[in-house]
Amino acid sequence: MSEHAKAVFYPIITLIALLALWVVAIRVFKVPNFVVPTPEAVVSSLRRGYIDGLFWKHFLFTLQSTVFGYALGCSLAFLLGCAFAESKTIERLFYPYVVALQSMPKVALAPLIIVWFGFEMTSKVVMVVLVCFFPMFINTVVGLRQTNPALLDLMHAFSASRWEILLRIKIPSAAGHIFAGLQIAVVLGLIGAVVAEFVSSTRGLGYLINAAAVNLETDVMFAALISLSVLGISGSFVIRMLHGRIVFWDKGTATRTEDVAE
Amino acid sequence: MSEILLQVQGLGVTYASARGKVKALEGLDARLHRGEFLAVLGPSGCGKSTLLKLVAGLLRPSAGRVTLAGEPINGPRPDVGIVFQQPTLLPWQSTLNNVLLPIRTLRRDLAQGRRRALELLQLVGLETFANHYPGELSGGMQQRVGIARGLVHDPALLLMDEPFAALDAMTREHMMLELQRIWMATCKSIVFITHSIPEAVFLADRIVVLSARPGRTIRELSIDLPRPRTVATMGEPRFNSICNELRSLFTELVHFN
Ligand SMILES: Nc1ncnc2c1ncn2[C@@H]1O[C@H](COP(=O)(O)OP(=O)(O)OP(=O)(O)O)[C@@H](O)[C@H]1O
Ligand SMILES: [Mg+2]
Repeated sequence: MSEHAKAVFYPIITLIALLALWVVAIRVFKVPNFVVPTPEAVVSSLRRGYIDGLFWKHFLFTLQSTVFGYALGCSLAFLLGCAFAESKTIERLFYPYVVALQSMPKVALAPLIIVWFGFEMTSKVVMVVLVCFFPMFINTVVGLRQTNPALLDLMHAFSASRWEILLRIKIPSAAGHIFAGLQIAVVLGLIGAVVAEFVSSTRGLGYLINAAAVNLETDVMFAALISLSVLGISGSFVIRMLHGRIVFWDKGTATRTEDVAE
Repeated sequence: MSEILLQVQGLGVTYASARGKVKALEGLDARLHRGEFLAVLGPSGCGKSTLLKLVAGLLRPSAGRVTLAGEPINGPRPDVGIVFQQPTLLPWQSTLNNVLLPIRTLRRDLAQGRRRALELLQLVGLETFANHYPGELSGGMQQRVGIARGLVHDPALLLMDEPFAALDAMTREHMMLELQRIWMATCKSIVFITHSIPEAVFLADRIVVLSARPGRTIRELSIDLPRPRTVATMGEPRFNSICNELRSLFTELVHFN
């Protein structure tokens, strides 16, 4: 069997073993369905949800608030990160507050954000912006600061403007760090969306889990959890693919990314 | 000889690093005439790269004066080209775009620059690698891209920091001949830093020898071998006697160190 086939085949073995263990454990220990559902129940719940269509509005709600919040939070973090790395004054003005905000657990702000931005999608987007912001911001600043001084000398020697140095040298140099930030923000953004839905919402996969918990519908909860995992995995996959494509020259990060994939 | 282009007087550079102060240069005197080929020869760590960065306007002197065409140097200038000791290429740009970098930053005509860049790539033997990325080139090939980049905007003063150090003997010989040809055809002024005594003697009109760190001028030598010099020049007794003289000077230097 080739290495590639093994990479696909072996995880499938694990999956089948786990499913078997799941089924057997429920039978042997007589676990009631409202505590742990059977795999069949989860599958049928997924089928009902997505074929009959009840889950779609929740899935799309979470997807939308995460994507909007992610795009907004990461762009904001990138732009502010550039300003921060480029201007000592801006850094001095804001540094202490950035550190203070960074060390605060952002999910603790969820109730306040609901109060300010309402029960609809806006509050979810704001939450996602907030949790995506910091990893992206810190990585942008660190990346921009780590530019090889020899490349800066080169650009100075050829009379490049500050703007050119930022665009042509610093940002490409920081690309590896920036993508690492984007990668972390995918997972955190999803957490932010779900937490905001937990606190107060009428839609979303987080809301679905909460509502199902009240009725002890563990099969629905499992189905929602699986949906969330699919969102997270797809998001990470897209970012990893873009990373490999865009930062093609960085052999180090390219290999590292593959290592994670296999 | 013609007017003095570059004048260095009592130059001192002290680096402040975490370990304390490092005197890289102290009391260095040198000059370069317009159209002259000057080689700077000195032991490793004596401050040669530092001197070049100073002339390029990347560094300020701690003491002394450096003037270019009569004016003190207070920043990089568009009519100066530099080839760094390390290739220093942008890994995300193709070979051709790396060579075109000075054309872009100096806002020169891009179409004309592209023609010139391709000519220079041919000259350094990399015309088939124009669309490759630096990661796909060997160390010596990268260094040759750096040389083409230093020449692309046709600078009046060219600063070269051990540009041939990473090349194999054959390529190095070829590049020496080409550099001499370009210099003779374009009347550039060149400051050429090297470790290699034969390289300095072959290329230069004049050689300045620096002491071990902190670097200062300990010897100046005019090389009046006729031009154009060829591979045969390197076999001549005159050439060899100059090399031997410098070699014994260097042995002394290292002993003092
Ligand atoms: N940025 C720096 N900070 C502190 N010290 C430095 C710095 N750059 C160079 N030096 C010191 O200054 C001295 C001269 O360095 P320089 O690079 O000019 O030497 P060099 O003559 O070019 O050596 P080589 O022939 O090995 O390239 C060295 O002793 C080095 O340790
Ligand atoms: Mg050096």
